[in-house]
Amino acid sequence: MSALLKLQNIHKAFADVRVLEDVSLSLAAGEVVGLLGPSGCGKSTLLRIAAGLDQDYHGGLQLDPLLTFAGGRGVVFQEPRLMPWLSVAQNVGFADGRGADGSWVEQLLRDVGLQGRGAALPKHLSGGQAQRVAIARALYGKPQVLLLDEPFSAVDAFTRMKLQDLVVDLAARYEVAVLLVTHDLDEAFYLSDRVLILGGTPSRLQRELAVPLVRPRDRRCAELAHLRGEALTELFQSKGPAGISSDSTGLLSPLQLSDDRCLTK
Amino acid sequence: MSALNLVIVRWAERLPGWRPMLTDLRGWVVPLLLLALLETFVRSGVLPAHQMPAPSQVAQTLYGLAQSGELWRHLSASLARVSAGFTIGAVLALVIGTWVGLSRRAEAYLEPTFQALRAIPSLAWVPLLLLWLGIDETPKIVLIALGAFFPVYLALLAGIRNIDRKLVEVGRLYGLSPLALVRRILLPAALPNLFTGLRGALSLSWMFLVAAELIAATRGLGYLLSDGRETSRPDLVIAAILLLALLGKLSDSLLKAWETRALRWRDSYQGGEDGA
Repeated sequence: MSALLKLQNIHKAFADVRVLEDVSLSLAAGEVVGLLGPSGCGKSTLLRIAAGLDQDYHGGLQLDPLLTFAGGRGVVFQEPRLMPWLSVAQNVGFADGRGADGSWVEQLLRDVGLQGRGAALPKHLSGGQAQRVAIARALYGKPQVLLLDEPFSAVDAFTRMKLQDLVVDLAARYEVAVLLVTHDLDEAFYLSDRVLILGGTPSRLQRELAVPLVRPRDRRCAELAHLRGEALTELFQSKGPAGISSDSTGLLSPLQLSDDRCLTK
Repeated sequence: MSALNLVIVRWAERLPGWRPMLTDLRGWVVPLLLLALLETFVRSGVLPAHQMPAPSQVAQTLYGLAQSGELWRHLSASLARVSAGFTIGAVLALVIGTWVGLSRRAEAYLEPTFQALRAIPSLAWVPLLLLWLGIDETPKIVLIALGAFFPVYLALLAGIRNIDRKLVEVGRLYGLSPLALVRRILLPAALPNLFTGLRGALSLSWMFLVAAELIAATRGLGYLLSDGRETSRPDLVIAAILLLALLGKLSDSLLKAWETRALRWRDSYQGGEDGA
């Protein structure tokens, strides 16, 4: 599998404060990668660089030609960022304006569970519904890659779980690779095939943890708990003064199954 | 007042179909009372009729004007001037305001000049406009356009500067051209401010219309005002004032109805504690 999107040796500074140092990551087709780190570690900045919204950095951004046209990378932000003056359907088809493909919009609204709400205005939607519309809008351009910037952090826990399942579902159905930025350990491991941990000042990639579990996954699965523990340890260590050099990055050895609901790939 | 309010609310409850109309009637109570009071005072001789004509007298004057066709002549002249001036001023403000709103460079070059021009009371332009453009229609329309320009320009600029950066970013994500960005994100997002500016500009347009017509005109409501003063006919002056009030209110209501329609999407505080 060749990478669809590759970030190479990214260095980024705001004014004189170095935020990211020598961060590299790649995203292959159909893969879900979680980017985990404490707040302010620059993980959102990294995503913005990948989305093309931040051009002021050092390093390389390699894109598959399929991703270079407008809408080739679907982005969902922390907030829905819907245009309040457009209806739900117009928001979903925003990329094409008036020439939007109505039946595709309809299909996407059905996919995110908002069939028949196309004529509603954003002000009539709940936070979770608005985020569903944002997900549909991101999928409208038939992207190969979805870039998600803490997309579920502003909704309640129950809605969050439903939205997480929705995204995994849609990503699989439309064969979209996902780069998910989050500070939520549960979310990162439940959704991702690989979790990258960002930490330290300036931030580097501290570790990569593989999540060798088939889908659909069980949130209660003991293996997830174990991985969460590993990540937590890593996050605490990376705050320490010594820091951890990037060569400590390693894949987690396959775990023993402690719960028969979880199956290794 | 509260007793009257109660009566109206009771009637509104009994006749649910009439409810919106009846509650709207509340605004008529004060002016009607004042008119009745005035009529009584003038008829009973408390107020001298040659200075303060009775409302019925003013109504008669208006009827006379309408009968002779004079009314329409004055109204159409004033309406034409206001619509031309307002449209020209607002369109120019729309174009220049968007340009300055978008470009920091344009702002650096143009803003100080506009601020200085704005500081000149617009009526100070009148003599100059008369010198340059004669006493034709042109100076009147230019003056009104000048008055309409600044409210729209300032409101639009403030509106564009207040737009959520996050929405603009969505536009960048979809690779919108600058023109598409203006049309699809900036102008719609600045629309609430723009309407405030347009309504302010419209009321200023009427004000400058009167100023222009008072000074040099042979037709129009402003002319009617000065004619009434010169021929010592307060009924004519008051009739013209009423017509101005009516037109001003009517044009503002039209704009407001358009605003309400265009801004249906807005999710903002609409004022509380009404109920009735």
